[in-house]
Amino acid sequence: MRSIEVRGLTKRFGDLVAVDGISFDVEEGEVFGLLGPNGSGKTTTIRMLVGLSRPTAGTAKVLGYDLSSGIVEAKRRIGVVPDSSNLYEELTARENLLFMAGLYGVPKADREDRAEELLRAFGLSGRGDDRFGTFSRGMKRALTIAAALIHDPHLLFLDEPTVGLDVVAARSLRSLISDLHDRGLTIVLTTHYLEEADHLCDRIAILVRGRVVGIDTPEGLKRSADEEPVIEVTFGRSAFDLWPRLSERLPGSGVFLLEGSRVRITGGDPSRVLEEVFEFSRGHNLGLRAINSLTPSLEDAFVRITGLSPTVMAKEKGGKGV
Amino acid sequence: MIQDDLRCIWLIAAKDMRTYYLKPPAISWGIVFPLAWTLAFFLRSPGDFEDLVPGLIAMTILFSTTAAEAVVINFELRIGSLERLLLAPVRTDAVLLGKVLGGFLFGLLMTSVVTLSTVVGLRLRPDLAALIPVVLISLLVYSSMGALFSVGFKEVFEAQTFLNLPRFLMVFLCGVVYPISAMPEGLQLLSRVLPLTYTVEGLRTAFFSGSSSPQTASLVLVGFLLIFIYPAAKILQKRFE
Repeated sequence: MRSIEVRGLTKRFGDLVAVDGISFDVEEGEVFGLLGPNGSGKTTTIRMLVGLSRPTAGTAKVLGYDLSSGIVEAKRRIGVVPDSSNLYEELTARENLLFMAGLYGVPKADREDRAEELLRAFGLSGRGDDRFGTFSRGMKRALTIAAALIHDPHLLFLDEPTVGLDVVAARSLRSLISDLHDRGLTIVLTTHYLEEADHLCDRIAILVRGRVVGIDTPEGLKRSADEEPVIEVTFGRSAFDLWPRLSERLPGSGVFLLEGSRVRITGGDPSRVLEEVFEFSRGHNLGLRAINSLTPSLEDAFVRITGLSPTVMAKEKGGKGV
Repeated sequence: MIQDDLRCIWLIAAKDMRTYYLKPPAISWGIVFPLAWTLAFFLRSPGDFEDLVPGLIAMTILFSTTAAEAVVINFELRIGSLERLLLAPVRTDAVLLGKVLGGFLFGLLMTSVVTLSTVVGLRLRPDLAALIPVVLISLLVYSSMGALFSVGFKEVFEAQTFLNLPRFLMVFLCGVVYPISAMPEGLQLLSRVLPLTYTVEGLRTAFFSGSSSPQTASLVLVGFLLIFIYPAAKILQKRFE
């Protein structure tokens, strides 16, 4: 059964087309990722699907309810975690959960139990009476997700769940999302972290400039990049200023700087690529350290499908949670 | 659906009371300003102070409700939690009405304190049947006006600054600072299209009787309520399109 059906969904802001006639389905029980750089239309798509923004054109059904006529009914069954943890700083964790329970019509008799259950499940039972404003970023994020689950939704939207979190908090949150998935909850998440999408999602739609440019399982997307060889080269010193010259020498390949001394090359004739790399390294005295042939990652698939550099995505929001 | 909306209206107002009533802008504009205004009037003419009571109550209603609205709406617009309310399975209008009720209750609290202290302190005998409807409708009118001016802005200071234009215009033209009959004809006409003029008239009639009827003032104020609340709801909807 399908949890979401999107057909030709479009959103324009004046002359700007934020979402350009996208179509996709989300099956019940799957984790579906919307992956793309800033401005690709991920958040606008989510905002339309949760009823915060009206589509300019196209249709969408969420849990069988048409967005144009049944959004209030759909809202009863969906939970939404926005990209910022915007619960009420002045209220305690428990008060925030009870308030949300009331808003979503959880019966009064069940609210306390449900709040306790979620505080326990999210490792916050000892902090229930502390004000939200005193929480760390990771705890705020966890409570924001707990608040979205207070009414036991069938479908959960997570907008950039780990952005701004440190590595430990991001890992813990990802494990929490996996647990929710294991319990059968349908999850739609947006992320610009490729590894996060790879790790969590059953299927991924890649969005660029408001359009879906690829949609498949992470493995399927990787297979699409498998036709091209991927070579990772590590130099003895930084190639930061020089790598564009290597790119010029390899016109049929994609050359991306991963770190100062590490470069990834996709596509092209492998023997010619290796020849050029050796010559380039000798010519600029870079001290070649290692050359590895890689199985394509989601990053490679992303690069192949979008033509964008994966580093652009990582830098955009300045997050640490890779 | 209506039951959900009503529950949501009350929950939002109750949450706003706990969350925002002690925020600095609410205290400065909603509590300190009306008290300072009262003190200034008292020091100016302690002998005629009871004549000024309707005007003071009117200004307390005006400033407390509008200040509270700027706080309960703009704080949430800034941190994005108003969006969270709009994600709930209720209509946008219900969220706005919850916000208006939050301002109404803050105003009711402040107005009750000012009214009770002046009535008891000066041993006044207002006509409660006239006083209560005028006060309650006025609280709704200015709370809605505050909402209308707040939904268009993101920051509390922006809304407060913009609100000062109608607030001070009304204060100076409602007949409290200067009698309307002594104003130039143009300003007299202008004063007739300002809601505070009717609040002051209704309150004066409630306290001292008078030529105008409190029912007429209440009816005109209901008109203003509709004029403010409808566009406020539309602007809020538009913000999230």
